[in-house]
Order: sequence, then C-alpha cells, then structure tokens
Amino acid sequence: MEKFGAEILVDSLIEEGVEVMFGYPGGVLLYIFDVLFDSPINFILVRHEQAAAHAAEGYARASGKVGVCMATSGPGATNLTTGIANANMDSSPIVAITGQVTTQLIGQDAFQEADAVGITRSITKYNYLVKDPRDIHRVIKEAFYIARTGRPGPVLVDVPKDVSSTRAEFEKIEKVSLRSYNPVLKGNPKQVKRAAESIAKAHRPVIYGGGGIIISGAAEEVKRLAESQKIPVTLTLMGLGGFPGTHPYFMGMLGMHGTWPANRAVRDCDCLIAIGARFDDRVTGKVDEFAPHAEIIHIDIDPSSIAKNVPAQIPIVGDVKTVLHQLLKELQTTPPFDNSQREKWLEEIGGWEEEHPLHYHSSKNSLKPQFVIEKIYELTRKEKPVITTEVGQNQMWTAQFFKFDEPRTLISSGGLGTMGFGFPAAIGAKLAKPERMVIDIAGDGSFQMNIQELATVAQYKIPVKVVILNNQFLGMVRQWQEHFYNKRYSHTCISCQPDFKKVAEAYGVKGYRVEHPAEVGPVLKEALFSDEPAVIDFRVEREENVLPIIPPGKTVYDTILAPPSISAARRADSRRMK
Amino acid sequence: MSKHTISILVENRFGALSRISGLFSARGYNIESLSVAPTADPTVSRMTIVTIGDERVVEQIMKQLNKQIDVLKVWNVSEHDAIERELILVRVAATERSQDEIIRMSQAFGAKVVDVASGTMALEMMGDEQEVENFLNLLKPFGVKELIRSGAVAMLKDGK
Repeated sequence: MEKFGAEILVDSLIEEGVEVMFGYPGGVLLYIFDVLFDSPINFILVRHEQAAAHAAEGYARASGKVGVCMATSGPGATNLTTGIANANMDSSPIVAITGQVTTQLIGQDAFQEADAVGITRSITKYNYLVKDPRDIHRVIKEAFYIARTGRPGPVLVDVPKDVSSTRAEFEKIEKVSLRSYNPVLKGNPKQVKRAAESIAKAHRPVIYGGGGIIISGAAEEVKRLAESQKIPVTLTLMGLGGFPGTHPYFMGMLGMHGTWPANRAVRDCDCLIAIGARFDDRVTGKVDEFAPHAEIIHIDIDPSSIAKNVPAQIPIVGDVKTVLHQLLKELQTTPPFDNSQREKWLEEIGGWEEEHPLHYHSSKNSLKPQFVIEKIYELTRKEKPVITTEVGQNQMWTAQFFKFDEPRTLISSGGLGTMGFGFPAAIGAKLAKPERMVIDIAGDGSFQMNIQELATVAQYKIPVKVVILNNQFLGMVRQWQEHFYNKRYSHTCISCQPDFKKVAEAYGVKGYRVEHPAEVGPVLKEALFSDEPAVIDFRVEREENVLPIIPPGKTVYDTILAPPSISAARRADSRRMK
Repeated sequence: MSKHTISILVENRFGALSRISGLFSARGYNIESLSVAPTADPTVSRMTIVTIGDERVVEQIMKQLNKQIDVLKVWNVSEHDAIERELILVRVAATERSQDEIIRMSQAFGAKVVDVASGTMALEMMGDEQEVENFLNLLKPFGVKELIRSGAVAMLKDGK
C-alpha cells in the first residue's frame, strides 16, 4: 500500500509500541505533525528541545521502554544534542527523530540546516539519514532494536522534509536482522567458573554494582548473590536501587562522595565483583590505588568497558542478568566459602560504618538540605516515589540520604552530569509511571536551566513535584572553590534569582517557600500528596558541603570527612574510657 | 609505542567511514594511514588503518571498533602473519646523467617509470613497509619532488 513518508513514520512508531512522545514542531516537520494530529500517540509539547530529549530519557529509565523525542532541523536538532549525549553516557534507550531540510538542499546552508547526523555521530549509539521514504519503516525498526538491545543508547533518525512528504510503498518488516550487530548475552562458562571459584575462596569480597544492574533487570539476582554468599554491596550513583538501600549488607554509594565504609571496603577487599559498572573516575579516584588487593571480576555487556580504566583479572562479557544466573548456578557446585572469614569481614565493615557514618549537623533554626531529603524519604516511604535529580550537591545529597530500595526509582544524570536534566526527566518518568509519585530534587542553579518546562507541566497537568534546595550558589563548584581554591567564589554566587514560588504561580503551578525546619514536614505533606504539580523553594543553609569527599585523583585515605557528630564523638569517648 | 595495522570489514554504507575515523580522532589517536574500498562482496568494505599506540590504547581501539554497529570484523594484523603492501607514486628530479641510475635502481625494486617530464621522472613502486622505505632512502639523494602513498593494505596469510 502507498503511504506518505510521514504516515509510514508514525505507523512504524505505533508498531514499536510508542505511546508517548516529547517534542517541538518546526517547518520541516509539518507533514509529520499533521499525521500526529490524529494519531493515538500522546504527544507532549515541551518548551525547549533539550527537555524533550531528557523527558524521553526519564520515560525510558522509569519504564525500561524506549523513549522517543522529536525536533526540527537546525536549532531543533542542536538543542537535542545535550539530551542525546546524556542518554549516550548513561546507556539509556532513546530514539531521537529530527527533521532535515529537503534532500536537494542538504549541504547548501539552507534555512535551519544543520548536519544532525554528523553532529551526533560521537554521541549516539547509531544514527541514520533517511534518503528514501521506502527506508523509513526499516530504519525505525532498526533504530528501536539498536537503542534497546546490547548496551542501550540513543539512536538518531534524521528525516528530510521531502522524505516525509513523498508517497512510497509501505511493506511491513517482521524482524530486524543486522549481520554486523549481535550483542553477546551469555557469559563464557569458563570465565564464570573462574569467577565462582574466586568468590568462594575470597575472605573479603565486595560487590560493586552499577547502572547495568538496573538496565538488565538484575536486582533480584544481585540480592541472591549477596545474600547467599554473604557479600557486602556498594553501588554507583547509576546503580542505586539495584540493591535495597535498607539492606544490612548495603554499604552505601562508593566513590568521590561515597561512604567511608564503602570506600574502605573497596580498598581492603580481596575480590571485587564489578557488575554492570564501568570504573568511572568519580568512582575510582586514583586508578592505581583502586581496589589494590583485589582480584577483579568484571561483568559487563560492553567489552570496551572492561579493562578500560582498571585491569580485570576475570572479565566476563555478557548481559548482567544472564551472567548472574550462570554464576549463581555455578556457585552451587563450587566448594563453600569460609563463613567465619565472611562474618569477620562484615563485622569490620560494620566498625567502619560506626566510625564514620553519613551525617550532618542538624539545626533547629536553619534549614539543612540533608534534612529536607531525609524528611522526603521519611514521608514517602510507602509511596516508593521515583526521584530524579539535577546535578551537583542536590544530586549527591540525594544519593547519600535517600534510600532507594527498588530499581528505576532514581533517575539522575550520572555520566554527563547535565544540569537541567532532572525536571524534564521527571516529566518523562511521570508519563511512564502515572501511578507513582515523582519528585525532582533540584538545586536553584539547575532548575533554572529548564525552568520553562513549568509551562509543560501546567498545560498537561503533569503532577511532578520540584524540590529546590536553594542555597543561592552553584553549590558544588562553590564547595570545590572552598576546598581547593581558597574560598575564592568566582562566579558561583547566584543570589540574584527569581522568587521561585512566584515563578511557579505565574505559570499556574502551585508554589511554596520554606525557610524554617519546622515547616518542612507540613509543607511536604501538602505539596507532595496533592494531585497537581508543585514547586517548593527550600531556603537551605548556603554553605553546607557534601561530605565525605575524596579529592579528585586521590585515595580513600585522603577523604575529607564530615566533622564527627556529637553521638559518634561520645561513642568514641566511651570506648576510650573503657 | 608501536605501529599497528588494523584491518576492518565494515558495511559499505555512508557514514561508516566517518564513524570509524571519528573513533580515533575523538580519543586523540592519530591515524597514520587509511585505505578503504569495497571487497568482492560490494556491500562490504575493507578498511586498513595504520595507527601508533601502546598495547592498552590499541586494545581499547579494537574494542571500540568491534562495538560499532557497522563493523563486521576487526583484526590487529600486526599480531598475525600477514602480507602487507603499499603503493607509492614518487616524482624525483632526473638529469640526463642520473636518469639511467634511477631506472636501474627502480628495476631492482620492481618499480616502473610512469611519467617522464622535463627534469623529473615519476615512478610507481609497490612493496611492504621496509621495501618502500629502502627505495625512498635510495631516491632521496636525487631529490624527491613529490610523494604520494596509498597507505597500507594487508591480508592474513592463513586465509582467515
């Protein structure tokens, strides 16, 4: 049957199960938008294309499905790039569709022309320029397949105006076949056997899990591995929720702002089981001294992530869930571990936990950002909300003080560190999970990077909640200036800012401002549990720091710890007195 | 740091070459030479890339190449028994006196005279890296005016 390219495109999207799309129209997209007008796809008009890409990623990460965004040629496409790069770094499956100028005009500096495929080559898993409407269906099928399989990632499809507006024969393709792309799922059995033996003979093993656990849906397998083998677990920012945050074996996040016990355990372990993690510099610090005594088992679907930064003695390429199944089975026939050694190890870690727990000095008069996060956690435990964050201090405090028990409940910009990610990502997450509470924990700097999306939540009545930890600073950079640049706060003070409550109200969104600790609970209760969007401006203590911190390129022994809490100091005193 | 010849079978599609060369430039790796052309199967191209790097850099390059959607297969030819060849076109200064010597030398290397102009002579020569270097060293004293190299192509000896 003959159809317009635009119809083939939209039909193909529907066939892929697309229910929601985020985007912004433009001249070269007119044919496509005309078809979208009566399609069953719920199209969400954002107010900046960057937000469309982040919302698509939020949708993908909350649901596990492919997120879709669309933007016009030229500036529309370039505005998408930050979101595409973000999805690429965090291995999120999104398909970005861009309009392109008419085929004959390509390369002629036409109005709103940009080489979208060229620009996004290094920030996509793959990308296409469709030059013939007959290719649209196959390309869309391949794009979704590539985006969601293997190590997921963004795929861009660039569609020239004439391709969407020309008729072509539409023939359905049932299956995608790409001879050059066959991700390996099953781990090499010999390597799995070696890994099982290494785990069984270890005295001080540690599981170091990353985003791969969540992507592959392996939280249950990780838990079984940890519990059956008595292995303490630490997670990266991307991995949080991949193992219950309230589990007694959970040591907290590791790395630069990781907990003391997690970083100490990695330092002292004799077997490090890296699961779907990539030894990012924010995790390892000084690479040569990362897990120096450990035999490293590295399970990852992406062979190029293995031994990229830290050599692994037992690399296993494969899907995390599949490999863990193999490993659990193998462990059943491996000689058992030495229980007394494991008990000793867990006890030692417990000691480090007691020595330097995560804490902050609470205050009766001024508002502590950590207190706000603890309060949100406490009030919403039953709801198991999806939390998105912006980037910086707000993100690290969330990672430290909120306990994530389930996968896909934390959506944060891990790799790229994109300010302005959290709010549009929350919009996407809410559309993926309408029944869940969705909260963006933001900073005043980050929120202003995509503040225009207040119009989107107002228009579609998307009840996401924005919690601003407002310290009137670009807080993380300010903190580094405090630690490493003699408190010279060069261009990090942003006290010139709007009244966020009024801004929200101007958009037709409920706004709150909180200045005293006593107001936190009541306002949160009202704002979070209402069925409309809300913005809460928490005026927090301005120079609160994220601690502990391992300075960049340093080791756990260089950690700057939070000043000891009174109770810890008392405990230490009482030990000394004994 | 050593020289590595990497041979890649890749889908013959537009954009594939940029994706692959982009991998090198985006990581600050230099490409010494690069040659691409379709294979016996016109839907597949063969790329031969010569790069310089230490073991870890080259291992990472190989993994990144393997990860590319368009890439069918990658070999580090330098780790195998292989036939490597490069074609060069070189123009040298040639006087009546030197002409005969240049021709004699060319014959010894299996090179051909492909153009004679006033005061210069163009030669075509093919060989492995060492032969090409030896030939060029011998030509140097005559005065090399222009040198065009194809970049290496390589084939594994075991027929794999």
